Formats: sequence, C-alpha cells, structure tokens
Amino acid sequence: MTTTLPTHRPRPPAQPATLRARRLPAYAAPAIAVAALLLSAGLVYGAGIGGPVLVVVVGALLYLVGLFVAANAVEGRRSARDRTWSALIHSAFVLAVLPLASVVWTLVSKGSERLDANFFGTSMNNIGARDANGGAYHAIIGTLEQVGIAALITVPLGVLCAIYIVEYGRGRFAFTIRFFVDVMTGIPSIVTGLFVLAFWVLIVSPWFNDGRPGFSGFAAALALSVLMLPTVVRSTEEMLRLVPAPLREGAYALGVPKWKTILRVVLPTALPGIVTGIMLAIARAAGETAPVLLVAGGGAAINFNPFENNQSSLALFVYQQAGEASKYSPARAWTAALTLVALVLVLTVAAKLLARRNRLGR
Amino acid sequence: MGDTPQRSAHAGTGGTPVATSHERPAGASARVAERSGNPGRPDGGLGGGGGLPRARAFGAERAFRGLTLAAGSTVLIVIAAIAIFLIAKAVPALRANTESFWTFEGWFPNDNPPKFGIGALAFGTVLSSLLALLVAVPVALGIALYLSHYAPRRLGNSLGFLIDLLAAVPSVVFGLWGRDYFAGPVADLSAWLNKYFGWIPIFGEGPYGSSILLGSVVLAIMVLPIVTSLSREVFRQTPTANEEAALALGATRWEMIRTAVLPYGRPGVIAAVMLGLGRALGETIALALTLGSTYAISFNILEAGGNSIAANIANRFGEANDTGRGALIASGLVLFAITLIVNITARAIIYRRREFTESAA
Amino acid sequence: MAKRVEAANVTAYYGGFKAIENINLTVEPKTVTALIGPSGCGKSTFLRSINRMHEVLPGARVEGNLTIDGQDVYDRDVDVTAVRRMIGMVFQRPNPFPTMSIFDNVVAGLRLNGVRRKSILEEAAEKALRSANLWDEVKDRLGKPGAGLSGGQQQRLCIARTIAVEPQVVLMDEPCSALDPISTLAIEDLMFQLKDKFTIIIVTHNMQQAARVSDRTAFFSIEKTGDPGRLIEYDNTQKIFSNPTQKKTEDYITGRFG
Repeated sequence: MTTTLPTHRPRPPAQPATLRARRLPAYAAPAIAVAALLLSAGLVYGAGIGGPVLVVVVGALLYLVGLFVAANAVEGRRSARDRTWSALIHSAFVLAVLPLASVVWTLVSKGSERLDANFFGTSMNNIGARDANGGAYHAIIGTLEQVGIAALITVPLGVLCAIYIVEYGRGRFAFTIRFFVDVMTGIPSIVTGLFVLAFWVLIVSPWFNDGRPGFSGFAAALALSVLMLPTVVRSTEEMLRLVPAPLREGAYALGVPKWKTILRVVLPTALPGIVTGIMLAIARAAGETAPVLLVAGGGAAINFNPFENNQSSLALFVYQQAGEASKYSPARAWTAALTLVALVLVLTVAAKLLARRNRLGR
Repeated sequence: MGDTPQRSAHAGTGGTPVATSHERPAGASARVAERSGNPGRPDGGLGGGGGLPRARAFGAERAFRGLTLAAGSTVLIVIAAIAIFLIAKAVPALRANTESFWTFEGWFPNDNPPKFGIGALAFGTVLSSLLALLVAVPVALGIALYLSHYAPRRLGNSLGFLIDLLAAVPSVVFGLWGRDYFAGPVADLSAWLNKYFGWIPIFGEGPYGSSILLGSVVLAIMVLPIVTSLSREVFRQTPTANEEAALALGATRWEMIRTAVLPYGRPGVIAAVMLGLGRALGETIALALTLGSTYAISFNILEAGGNSIAANIANRFGEANDTGRGALIASGLVLFAITLIVNITARAIIYRRREFTESAA
Repeated sequence: MAKRVEAANVTAYYGGFKAIENINLTVEPKTVTALIGPSGCGKSTFLRSINRMHEVLPGARVEGNLTIDGQDVYDRDVDVTAVRRMIGMVFQRPNPFPTMSIFDNVVAGLRLNGVRRKSILEEAAEKALRSANLWDEVKDRLGKPGAGLSGGQQQRLCIARTIAVEPQVVLMDEPCSALDPISTLAIEDLMFQLKDKFTIIIVTHNMQQAARVSDRTAFFSIEKTGDPGRLIEYDNTQKIFSNPTQKKTEDYITGRFG
C-alpha cells in the first residue's frame, strides 16, 4: 500500500461533470401520491380484501416505492434515498399523531361530562351502582397528601445525595452510587409498591397497628418517594454540575468553608433547575397507580389522615372506576383522568417554563 | 469495588463525632489524609497553619459531609432493601408452592395446596414489551428526527414540547383509552390479519379482544413519547460543526443524518430505548386494563388473553391471602431481576461508550 | 482540477439582516486568495455563500450571481450536493466525526459518493493524508478515533477529508484560529503545496498569514454595526499590503482600524 504511488486515474467518481442535475418536477410527488392511492384502491377493492384504512396503508407503501423508483430514475440513487427517508420520517410523524390525538380527544370530550362541582365536592361513600353522583374529592385529597409527603421525604434526601455525588464523592464509591441511581431510575413502580408492601405494610407497621397490616396514604408516599428519588438526584446532579467553577472558587478564596459555599452559593445558583427537576418528579409520581393500589388500600370515603386507614388517589380512582360495572362509572373515570392529567400537565408545563427562563449557561 | 467498605467505614467515623473533640489526633490525621487525597479542591480549612482556630468549622464541614454521604448511601440501602424484603416475603410462598414456580402455567396461590407459576407471566411480559418496542422505536426515532432535523425550527420546538407533555400523561389514561376505544379497531385488525395472514403462526384464531396485540400497541403508544422525547434531545445535541462537515462534503440531508447525527446519538438512543423497555416491562395499569389475563404460553398475539407480571399483580392483589401476596411478591422479584438486568446492561453499555468518546475527545 | 470562481453582485441575508452587499470578485484558478477584514464584516458569510453552506442556517438566503467556470451555483436546476462536492470546505474549528476512525474520516466523502472498493479507498486515503502532510504521523493508527489527534493534526485530518474527494476549489474559514503557532505553520505550508492543484480561498483574521500565503487579497469592511459588509479593495497581496489604493484598507493594514 505504501509503495504504490497513486497512478493517474480518470476523474474520481466523487466529482460531478456538471453542477446541473435532472430533477423531478414539483408536481411529481403529489402525482405519485394520487397514482398510488388510485392503484391501491383498485387493488384493495378489486380483490375485496379490506376497506378505506387498508387503501391508505397500501397507498402509502406504494407511494414510497413509486417515489423511490421515480427519483432513482431521474435524480439518481442518493437523491432517491434522501427523498424516501424523508417521506418515511414524515409518515412516522403522521402515524404517531393519530393515536395520540385520539387519546387526547377522548380524554377531553369524555372527561368534560362530569366536570361539575359535585364531582370535586363529594366522595364515593355510599354511592351505589345506580347513583349518577359521586366524586373524587377523597381521591384528590389522597393524591395531594401522598405526593406532598413523598416530596418532603425525597427532596432533602435527593438533593443531599446529589451534593455528595457532585461535591464530595470520589472514586469507586461515588461511581457506584451514581451507577445505582441510574439503575434505580428503571425500577418499575409496581416493584416499589411491592417493596413497601413487604417492608412497611406487612412487617413494620403491624407493630403499632395491633398486628394488622397498615395500609395507609403514608405507605403510598413511601413507595412514591422510592420512585422519585432517582429522578430528583439525577436532575439535581446535572444542575449542580452546571454551576460555573469560578463561583465556587471565588467563595473558597474568601475563606468560606466548603459546606457553606455549597449551601450559600452553589445551591442558590442551581435552585431553579433543581426545582424544575423536583416538579417533574412530582408530576410523574402523581400519575402512578400501581404502588398506591398495593399499599394505600383505596377506599371510598374521605380520609384526611395519611397515617391511618385506607386512602385513595386520583390515579387509583380512575383504575377502580374503570373496573366498576355501573353505567355511571366510565364518566367518573374519565373526568378523574382529565383532572389527573390537568394536574400533571400544570406541574410539567410550569417546570418546563421555569427551566426555559432560568437556563444556566448552556 | 474493593475499597468500598473501607471508604464507607472511614466516612462513618467522619460523620458521627461531630461535637466531641477528644479524638483530636485521629481527626487531624484524617484531615491530612483528606488533604493529600484531594489536592485540587481546598477543603474547609483553607490556608493550612496549625494554630488557627478552625475546629468548629471543621466539625460542621464533617457533619455536612457525613450527612450527604448518608443520603448517598440511602440509594444503595434502598436497592438492597428492595431485594431483601421481597425475598423475605417471597420465600415462604415459594416454599408452600406445590408446583414448579418456573414452568407451571396457572395462578392459584390462594388455594390449598397453593399452585402458581411465573412462566406464562414472564413470557407475556417480555413478549408484549418487545412487540411494543418493535412498533414504537422506529416510529419514535422517525419523529425525533423529524422534530430535530426536518421540521421548521419553531414548529419542531412546539411539537417537541407537546411530545414532552404526552410523555407525562399517566399510564392509566392510556390503559382506559386502549380498553374502551382502541379494542374495537384492534379486533377488526386482528380479524383481518387472521384472514389474510393466518398462515403465520402469530396471527392465529380468535376470539379477538383483549389480546397481546392490543396490549402491545397501547404500550407502544405509551412508550412512544418517552423514547421520542429523549432521542430528540440527543439528536439536537449533535454538534453543528459535524453536521456542517457532512454537508460540506456534499451529503444529502439523509446522508448527513447517517454520518453525523445517528453515530453521535447512538449511546443516547440506546439509553432511551432501554428506558422505554424498562417502562414497558414494568408497566402495570395499562396492561392490567388491556390484557386478557390468561395463564398460558401462546404465540398467538391476536387471541384474547395474554398476561404480564405487573398486570397480574394489579389484577390479583385484591383477592390475595397471605400466600397469595407472597406469590405476587415472588413474581415481583422476578420482574425486579429482569429490569435490573436490562438496566445494568444498558448502563454498562452507555458508560463504556461514554468513556470511549470522552477519552477520545 | 482547479476552477475560476466569479461573484457578481452577491448579497446575503440572515432573515431580515443583510450581512453582505454587492460583492464582485473573481478568483483565478490555482491561486490562494485571502479574505481579510474586521469581525462581522461578512467575509465568512461570503465564503459560505460560495458553496451554498450559507443557506443551511434557517432564514438565510443569497442573491446575485456566483459562478464556477461559468456554471451558476445558484441556478434552479443545480444540485446543492454537487456544488459542495466540487467546492470543499475546511472550518474554523477542527471537526472530525467523533465516532469515526482516522481512516473513516478521510474517506467519509468518498463513501458518500458510493465508493465501496477497499483498495480504492485505501489508495485515496493515503494520497489525501500525504497531501495534508499527515500520513507519517498517523499511518500506524488509521483505525484509531480521529478525535484523539492533537488540534493541528485534527485540522489537517479535516483538510485531508476535504481534498480526498478531489474538489476544484477549497474554502478555508479561519482554519488556523484554533491552533498553536507550530500547527499554523504546518497548515500554511500545506496551503502552499495545495495551490498547485486547487483554487484556495481563505478567510483569516491574521494579516501576516494573509501576507504569507496568499496571491491575492480581498479586504472587506463595514461602516458600522448593523450595516452590510462590503468589498473595499481586491488586489495582489503585495499591493494591498504595501500600497493599498483605499484609505480604509491602509488604516486596517496599519492597525489604525479594526
């Protein structure tokens, strides 16, 4: 390889002889689309194998093939590939929008049916199968209390953990923690529910509950905090890393001890980002059904005390109403779902806006 | 891993003796060790000088440091505790089980004698998750590319914001929608697939309805925004310099994506897909509402039936007695193990790749 | 292998902002032409207009006539990718593809054009790396990541990548601004050799560099911030640096302005 001097070859294939290229006319793509649809309709109805949906699907496939063939013939292989991939990517978008739009539409149209004061003011206590009333007041209280307690547990723990990882931790141990925080992100919510069921409800709480398993809102909060912890740690960690080093060094240079620097300089600087991460974690926790189902016990009555007796939550309420036979329960389920989504979205949007406004030097 | 216990022991002594100062020499030597171990970052007592009165500040520093270390260790403790407590509750039920836990196709832990097996559940979990990813990942990557490189910037940003919001929609909503509004179309599709593609074993006979197909597609729709959102973020971070380098070589847009965007984003995309897989494996409520809850291993994805570990826990928890709970916890342990393996593998891949690119950069 | 670049009344915009106005300039084949001027005077914009990289940015567009040996670069029937294959570009910061090996980086352009035969690729890679004075430094580690090289080596790798497709014109956008003096010298030597085969247009902030490497020099300037950049003077490098016609050029050269 080193000995052969490059011999004179004709113009390398990389160089075009001319800049001009033959192009498909602008009307080609729509024309192919129409032809594909017509051909598809002919095929599908001619063979009698399906309806309009199939016509569209087959038409789309034919369009892709037709576009590739036409572009390949006129513009060459590279351009044909480019066009076909572009069309594929656009159709992926359309394909995904349909079901997602349907979910949103169903949610809003079905959910607004029971959007009344009664729904937000009453519980499901003494509501029979033939009762059109009944609401999610108890579930809303449950969600707020459980998520609130979970946040109270998780936020200090998560922030301190992130501080350890970023500011103090070195070597293998810090790496191990980091690694397992990542791993923890992937633990299914139902497993955290089972964990709290085994640990708290079945083993610990019977000690001060006359030996009976203690289903409660607090147990649900415990499970939710296990879910929230990795999210809070990761987002806080990222934010702390974005704090510019000169800020820290400036404080050190003034003789401020490290812990004070962290509390007075680093944390305040990173605060908006940390709050964003916490809000996103809360939003996710609020939507969890499985852990609450296992450890909070549900229940139809209003229970303000998270430490004793069964509690419900909005997500659990949706699931339970979905399982009811009453003809009124679907409406209640959808309205609760809409309420839940509204709550989650408000948190998410607020978090994202906060993040957008206070972006640490990116 | 070798020095882990040593380190935590050292830190433990650093955390506890906050107020007492009778162990001065030990404290001092620890300080020296710390200093030498970390020359770059000045710790509490900046400036050296033996005579300065800094014992109190040092105490606060150590206390704070110990506090953060304790918080950091919680993560490890929680993960260990999850394994320990699940095992503790699962073992009695597994002992009582009169059939093989791995192969028995059925779930009767409340009977006497109890009989239950994980085989069909684990199979359903893996099958539905893989099918969901098979559908969701190509579409999600397509949308992510559309949003990051094809759509006009403003449109891409607003649509991306919408996708982020959809990723936050609770799964119970997707489950409800899937059961009440999507089951019909999927049943029609199932009948059609069986009629014309029945010769493929997975498209078997009905009855159609709450099938693996329905569950998987609902899962796919649910996972889609998550994978899209993460991949879009990754694709957007491709350095402009690399994209321009490809374009300047005469690449078409697709070629630019293939030479610059996709290779750069690969670790991030793997992470996104793995996260999606984790979500799908552990998804409970959406599947509890859309799967048929049967206990047989069948590749016929059209037939009403199918089950997953998580969905089974949600469905059978209400009626469970003590052994029943133990059995469900045992199944949860298996799920925990599966997700742990998936996650650790994924993280290991990403960490290795990240180290490779960082050392190269 | 080298072609003439002619610009007539070239005006370029970023959205509503007019970055350069009415640039008229002819670059002869097998010469090095330097574009100099204060920051923000549009020399990089003009350079990026030549191979249509300007329009990659959202909202950016170009008016006027730009021709390569008489072929209009902006003609409706012209294939953008063909333009960029004919006019290679080296960027300010070295930008090798981080996930590719040195070898893959060099032949990336050829691969895009469908060259698959390993022997051809190897031959072309060696030729390009030799031309970029990099062969001896990397021949034993062609399989290693390109990002592992030093800054100057990376930039020469990018030059090798650009010339591997054997373009007619090579555009360089401040190719040495991120490099140390030794690497800069290596690249300047390289330009000297390359002009035997290519037409080279280089944007530089460094007037000594312009004086050292270029045959012709174009001086761009703006009246004030927000105004479009204009071509003030274009002449032989020697003339520009010893006896410029325009007062503005002289002020800039002697350091009284910019």
